[in-house]
Amino acid sequence: MRRYFGRKLLVYGLTFFVAVTVNWMIPRFMPGDPVSSMIARAGASNPGAVETMKAYYNGLFGFDQPLWKQYLNFWTSMFQGDFGISIWAFPAPVGEVILNAVPYTLGLMIPSVLLSWVIGNWAGAFAARRKLLDNTVLPVGYILTAMPYMWLAVLLAWSLGVVAGVFPVAGGYSFSLQPSFSADFLLDLLHHWALPFASLFLVALGGWAIGMRNMIIYELESDYSNYLAALGAPQRLIRRYAFRNAVLPQITGLALQLGVLVAGALVTEIVFSYPGLGSLILKAIQNQDFFLLQGTFMFIVLGVLIANFIIDIVYVVVDPRTRAGMAGAQA
Amino acid sequence: MRNRVRIMVPLLAAGLAAAACSTGGSTPATQGSQAASAPATDGGALPRNETLYTSGTQWGPPANFNPLREWDYATGTEGLVYEHLFHFDGNAGKLVPWLAESGAWVDDTTYELKLRQGVTWSDGKPFTAKDVVFTFELGKMETVPYHNIWEWLKSAEAVDDRTARFTFSKANYQEWDYQLYSRAIVPQHLWEGRSEEEVLDGENENPVGTGAYVYKSHDQDRVVWQRRDDWWGKTALKMEPKPKYIVDIVNSSNEVAMGLLLQKGMDLSNNFLPGAANLVKGNFGISTYYPEPPYMLSANTAFLVLNTTKKPMDDPAFRKALAHSIDLKKIVEGVYGNLVKPASPTGLLPQWEQYIDQQVVSEKGFTFDVAKAKKLLADAGYKDTDGDGFVENKDGSKIELDIIVPSGWTDWMESIRVIAAGAKEAGINMTPDFPDFNALVDKRGKGDFDLLINNERQLSNTPWTYYDYMFQLPVRKTQNTVNFGRYENKKVWELVQQLDQVKTDDAEGMKKVISEIQKIHLDELPIIPLWYNGLWSQVSNAAWTNWPSSADGTPKTPPTMWRNWMELGGFETLTQIKPAS
Repeated sequence: MRRYFGRKLLVYGLTFFVAVTVNWMIPRFMPGDPVSSMIARAGASNPGAVETMKAYYNGLFGFDQPLWKQYLNFWTSMFQGDFGISIWAFPAPVGEVILNAVPYTLGLMIPSVLLSWVIGNWAGAFAARRKLLDNTVLPVGYILTAMPYMWLAVLLAWSLGVVAGVFPVAGGYSFSLQPSFSADFLLDLLHHWALPFASLFLVALGGWAIGMRNMIIYELESDYSNYLAALGAPQRLIRRYAFRNAVLPQITGLALQLGVLVAGALVTEIVFSYPGLGSLILKAIQNQDFFLLQGTFMFIVLGVLIANFIIDIVYVVVDPRTRAGMAGAQA
Repeated sequence: MRNRVRIMVPLLAAGLAAAACSTGGSTPATQGSQAASAPATDGGALPRNETLYTSGTQWGPPANFNPLREWDYATGTEGLVYEHLFHFDGNAGKLVPWLAESGAWVDDTTYELKLRQGVTWSDGKPFTAKDVVFTFELGKMETVPYHNIWEWLKSAEAVDDRTARFTFSKANYQEWDYQLYSRAIVPQHLWEGRSEEEVLDGENENPVGTGAYVYKSHDQDRVVWQRRDDWWGKTALKMEPKPKYIVDIVNSSNEVAMGLLLQKGMDLSNNFLPGAANLVKGNFGISTYYPEPPYMLSANTAFLVLNTTKKPMDDPAFRKALAHSIDLKKIVEGVYGNLVKPASPTGLLPQWEQYIDQQVVSEKGFTFDVAKAKKLLADAGYKDTDGDGFVENKDGSKIELDIIVPSGWTDWMESIRVIAAGAKEAGINMTPDFPDFNALVDKRGKGDFDLLINNERQLSNTPWTYYDYMFQLPVRKTQNTVNFGRYENKKVWELVQQLDQVKTDDAEGMKKVISEIQKIHLDELPIIPLWYNGLWSQVSNAAWTNWPSSADGTPKTPPTMWRNWMELGGFETLTQIKPAS
């Protein structure tokens, strides 16, 4: 058991290191530099002042040091919990900018990932048993899963937001409200959350439903099911066994899908102007905000790795074969 | 087991939904407590009929309230909180006294300001001449954007509480007027003792200004201002901004702004909406300044910048031929759907029409004429020697030009496609290219480009700002804000400096110098004016009416919240609108 998790942790640690390093490198090798564009935006009328400002900001952000040193500085300050100052949202610290955005992204991600998984599996398993349901769930599932996130998001925003006017099209909560713990505010928050959530939820739902349906049909036709049936076991019992076996690949699928879902959440947030990490990443790239990009990316890498780790643990719990394998390894 | 699952699912769903709400709520709640420290927080929603919703200025979270950061302060920091000595009225072409009651040149190098009485900072302290002097003296710090005025300003002193005197070593009258309405005055009692770093980079939370609004709250995607009911302007200017609250919404994209406008959730959108004409014509309750083309007021000129250090753009004859190959009509009608106007060959904005020397323009100007472009090229000695349909340099080397605009700026991308097609027609091999914005800025600064489009100079009190932008010398290693084409012409730069020293009330004197500059500009054409970019502004009449428009009986001020436009009449617009109900 310890070896299993030790190995997993090592792999995760390496992944983290490589991903963060790559993310440190990419923006720095992009053409252009953030200080120049910041100062170009400043539009100071005096070219002399421009030179001074440039030197000043290069010093402030540490761009005047050699690259290897910048890289070392990056790791040291990161372990001290300092992610630097955002260039785009100057002079806010990156940590603060991200912390403001994270609740919104998590609030979208966690429910949509888990709910779509649970409901998708349930719907898929249900569909596999009834011809009529199968004929509807399957095509709908295919359409949903083939739909790009932002496309569905735009459709929802346009139809339910602009045309029907039932839902708001932008923001985390009404522009007329102050955050508070009142029922009004929480309802408003939910109101703004509904459409981005729905677009994430629906797309993911289709995939899970199809996967589960196929798995259940496969399991119901396998030898053990036939054997059980031949023994005269009730259909319910057979289905219960089938479901348990069919759900295992779906758990693996969840681990694999997480990265895709994060990407989906990012574009959805941009469509709905939802104040989460997605909008931040887009702006960070556009403004070559190295620090913000590093920060947001690191947060996502960490999130995906932690989620995968949790799924690893869950796998050990739900699949006795893994436990058996580990016991064998220990012996 | 199955029953258990069945019950579990909705329970889980409800639990997660609740968890989602509470996580979503936790962070804003801390900001709620921040807001509570701001004056006059009232619990519920802002009343719709007292609140103005704007957008189109702020593209990132409102991260600072520092009026010295003129390029990224939260919308309204200047104009709503920090005010200026004067405003500039573009229609009348003159300065309007604001914090100053009057100002005059005592002699050729001394300027004296008389300040208004009874102006107070929002913390209750009186506003005096010391604050004005302090603000200008901040410019002595090297990183402050207006540091350069101290090259020609000798001293600033407060004679008494209401009088400030400025002595100049060289009186740049034109630029001084520009400074007078551009500098936001900050309170000495709060800013004194701040280090250079704090002055330039400080977040300046809870800003204290003389303006009509105070900070109420902000979040990642908005900033909220609340009207100050003891604002001095109510009595002194007989003006009162109508909205009790102004909420400026951070843009994530123009599409979202359009959605909000259509939902009546936004009143003033200063975003560029390509289909604005359809919005106005369709029955959406949305209007623009003009009900017909060009729909918008003109805000700045888009120029085609040529890198004059490279062949063949170093040759005036070639530049002229190129200017004749540009099909502006196709850009204005095809690309913009008439949202913009073709620019005068001089590039001066319509607001400066009196300074355009029509005789010079008719003599030396250019229009779209491919045949003439071909002839000019041939006359100058550019021939197609290898028969590929494109002319070669005079020394026989190939001409292959790249014209660039930032990727994603769709209107400009289409425009340079038109320009490149026109150039090809005339026999000049030109390809449009769309680098990333930062890459473009980098290339532009270093002079590592052939051609690009730029429109960074806005309307101002004087065409001098435009000529400074076109011809400023010396050319440095990186050209960040002016003369991107690295055009060196001492004679015209001397004329520009001479123009700077013409008194601003001497229109004839200004015209004389400007006419000389225009002659050289049109002869040499180092930078080709293309079209007037609009003051993008779509307004909804659902909650607020009486917006500025070309119709009789409506205000004529610019309807905008853009940075550095509040003092050009943007603020006055707020005092003119009326609640709809």
